Amino acid sequence: MNLLRRIFLQKAALFWLPIFAVTWALSAYSFPLYKALGARWIIKYPAQAQLHLEANISAFMQWLVEDASFGLFSFRDLTRFISALIEAPYSFARNALIDGFSVGLGSDAVDVAPSLSWVAVIVTLVAMGHYARDWKLAALMAGCFGYLAIFGQWDSAMVTLASVLIAVPIGAVGGLLLGILAYRMPLFETMIRPVLDLMQTVPVFSYLVPILFLFGFGPVAALVATIIYAMPPMVRVTIVALRGVPSEIHDVGVMVGCTKRQLMWKVIIPSAAPTLMVGVNQVIMLSLNMVIIASMIGAGGLGYDVLTALRRLDIGGGIEAGVAIVVMAIALDRLSQAFATRVPDEVANHTTKNFAQRHPWLVTVVVVAVGTFLLSYIFPAVQDYPKSMTLSTGTFWSDVIGYINVNFFEAFEAVKTVFLTYLLLPVKRFFVGIPWAWGIIVMTLIGWRVGGIGLGLLSGVLTAFIAAVGLWNKAMVTVYLCGVSVLVASAIGIPLGIFAAQNDRANRIIGSFIDTLQTLPSFVYLIPVVMLFRVGDFSAMVAVVLYAMAPAVRYAAHGVRSVDPQLIEAGLVSGCTPRQLLWRIKLPMALPELLLGLNQTILLALSMLVITALVGTRDLGQEVYIALTKANTGQGIVAGLSVAFIAIIADRILSAFATRARTKMGMAT
Amino acid sequence: MEKPIILDCKNVWKIYGSQASRIHSEHNGNPSSDTLKANGLIGAVRAVNLQIRQGEIFVIMGLSGSGKSTLVRCLSRLVEPTGGEILFEGKDLLTTSEAELIEIRRKKMGMVFQQFALLPHLTVLQNTAFPLEVQGVPRTAREARAREVIELVGLKGREAYYPRQLSGGQQQRVGIARSLAVEPDLWFLDEPFSALDPLIRREMQDEFLRLQNLLHKTIVFITHDFDEAIRLADRIAVMKDGKVVQVATPEELVLNPATDYVEEFTRHVSRSKVLTVGAVMTGGGADIETSGEVGIGQRIEAVADLLEASDMPFRVLDDDGNAVGTIGRQAVIDVLVGRVLKK
Repeated sequence: MNLLRRIFLQKAALFWLPIFAVTWALSAYSFPLYKALGARWIIKYPAQAQLHLEANISAFMQWLVEDASFGLFSFRDLTRFISALIEAPYSFARNALIDGFSVGLGSDAVDVAPSLSWVAVIVTLVAMGHYARDWKLAALMAGCFGYLAIFGQWDSAMVTLASVLIAVPIGAVGGLLLGILAYRMPLFETMIRPVLDLMQTVPVFSYLVPILFLFGFGPVAALVATIIYAMPPMVRVTIVALRGVPSEIHDVGVMVGCTKRQLMWKVIIPSAAPTLMVGVNQVIMLSLNMVIIASMIGAGGLGYDVLTALRRLDIGGGIEAGVAIVVMAIALDRLSQAFATRVPDEVANHTTKNFAQRHPWLVTVVVVAVGTFLLSYIFPAVQDYPKSMTLSTGTFWSDVIGYINVNFFEAFEAVKTVFLTYLLLPVKRFFVGIPWAWGIIVMTLIGWRVGGIGLGLLSGVLTAFIAAVGLWNKAMVTVYLCGVSVLVASAIGIPLGIFAAQNDRANRIIGSFIDTLQTLPSFVYLIPVVMLFRVGDFSAMVAVVLYAMAPAVRYAAHGVRSVDPQLIEAGLVSGCTPRQLLWRIKLPMALPELLLGLNQTILLALSMLVITALVGTRDLGQEVYIALTKANTGQGIVAGLSVAFIAIIADRILSAFATRARTKMGMAT
Repeated sequence: MEKPIILDCKNVWKIYGSQASRIHSEHNGNPSSDTLKANGLIGAVRAVNLQIRQGEIFVIMGLSGSGKSTLVRCLSRLVEPTGGEILFEGKDLLTTSEAELIEIRRKKMGMVFQQFALLPHLTVLQNTAFPLEVQGVPRTAREARAREVIELVGLKGREAYYPRQLSGGQQQRVGIARSLAVEPDLWFLDEPFSALDPLIRREMQDEFLRLQNLLHKTIVFITHDFDEAIRLADRIAVMKDGKVVQVATPEELVLNPATDYVEEFTRHVSRSKVLTVGAVMTGGGADIETSGEVGIGQRIEAVADLLEASDMPFRVLDDDGNAVGTIGRQAVIDVLVGRVLKK
């Protein structure tokens, strides 16, 4: 027993090689095995043992909407109340930005006031840019939003902006309050933490389904989804930020006699403000991402343009709207980052100046808004950017893609075929062939080996859930696509990261490239991929690789960079060549960071994978997408949970690996 | 005549670990080191008795981990002591309600922190006025008071600066100004100068003594620097492993260290900085011819040049101006070359 244990736990090769060999053998011969034994359960989970979660969840949702009541009011009243609460500010923002204010309905409507003119909106953003940082940022804002006006994307962009404007404050404040609650009450934190974990791993599509069911198709449902999606990171950031306030600052508050409320709002939160602003930046970027995706349940705006273009395979229109999203994402990201790092004005004497001198930008914005409003009676172009002056890049993009497809079709096709034949298909065959029962056993064993018996049981049970709800095959397709994408993303990303870590100029260029990649809403990645490679697994892989590469690069660079300089000096004085330095010192020391990067890559890949269902994969993502189109809540939630469970297993196992690597090298904390 | 006791702490304990208070009360509020160890507990503050008198500078000295910071946090009840009594102006702080405690802190206590603990989003003026803001003092009144203390600590002209624009020494001046804004009766300073460079530290110590000469606060001063302790203190409590080893004036500490541990600290201290004229003078001698007068409480360092330059001894006067003895060149030389080690 002891001997067995020692072999099992210590000899790495003796564990991993047999596991792989058995898995491969079973995967390759499961079908003949089933024929030979006549046991169909080997390849298919027996129907009579299947869990009927889907139907139960759907029935529950039905009950919730139709019959549930809290005594004084029904569940439906509640959702209507929430709708009304969100609808009012949303229509105000929309009226202010694009539709204009009016009284009455339909043909009786009387215009009361027009929306802000495009000039006024741009001036406002320029003012914010200058206030938050400098003229350079102001110019960037002018450039970005000017682009939207000139290239005819203004109306859609304003609809999207209105959604973001409403979702961000609700998401940020809600996240802040929940975070404060968690900071104050440890019990609440232990309750909320698993929920946050799950929220981060459940694919976005799958909570679009119940929201669609509860709130109906339309902007309000989209906003609810956006808020739910963007809030969890704010909760996390808030907890971290509040914990990060030095204990002395806390003590100062107590010693000057703050009440509990004063301590929180006058001492701790202002001191944590810089970190909190990082959270707000995240909320903004996530909201934008989700508002685009939520166009599927009625958000409208730029996302809807992309979606319709994708459906019509309208190459030019898709790229046009996609570029507009990119432009807007960059503008919002830079602006909110500038606000996050903004330092208060240096010493200034306020007493001698009047209001206009103290608030030059505020006054300018008001003057421009009113001025353009009045001017628009004479020159309508000031109010709405004239259609005749818009430029369309649609045809240009269509031509470009057309040119590429005509001239490089062979090359692209060759690349695609090589990947499909030598990588995608063999891997797919391997994973899809794995019998479900062995899958459960193998995940339990791996979990046990890496993180102890608890982790083993967890991954076993979660894997069993996936098999039991009858999604084994689709889950394996997801695993295969995710695995291949992560492999390719790491193969490109990790060397890039290492290169960036060793070369400052490369670091700057790669760094800004990665930053930009990360600000883009996930939807955008689909456009060029579909244009060039059409639908299918290969397109999905390319999109996922692009989206998920960032953490691989970042963590590799950070890991190599943060190797203890004394170790490198020790290597140098021992006479290491640069190559030896990299392979013998830097990389081994950076291993835990590389593993964490891999972990993040997997999580991002899974979240993107679900979105690639739009370009025709046959995995869990497709299952969720189908559920969305049919508004089948049960199906959506079950498939979503399956994706989340795959993510959780991968996350826990890799984290355990990283911890082990760290402990081994004495870096444990 | 001794001044009244402002802060009196009796058998104060702070034990960290699970079920600390149960173990504490099971052993009648006096668990031994072995008991603590057996239960996996850490006694950060153990059976501390201190009396702090009005107007004195009381220094708590100890190396890191000796429990001095925990003790001062117990005294201000930033940390809840496991057991004991802390009487502040006769009232037990451990049984006062939250509301009363807030009132006491607002009106009667001030504290200065090691890392300055200035609020980063407020200017010097706003930081200084913060304790008053919390109490709801109107803006003009609190800013007027804040300007006064800012001037007192020598930062006039920098009211509109933010903490990050100031040097470490200046930041701590703001910390001091803030703690003085409410005119506290009891002033806690938790290693206020430890984060500063040695030269700045000295300057700040002088500044601190100057302020104390103006204000005559009751002060609890924490430090790990023995030189700082003897320079500033009226009385010193030396702490080791959570216990107070000795409470004495700097002079007594040097002349009569209670344990080897205390002696270890005092060994390298220059005697002339600690010993007073009274400790080495010769009694009587009213008829001896002298060339001048020195006070009994003056440190040898302060009068060394004077005495050494004169061929004749000096008359020693006590606090009421009565001649109580004489002191000559030889006594000073004995101190300076280290011949006087014990009383």
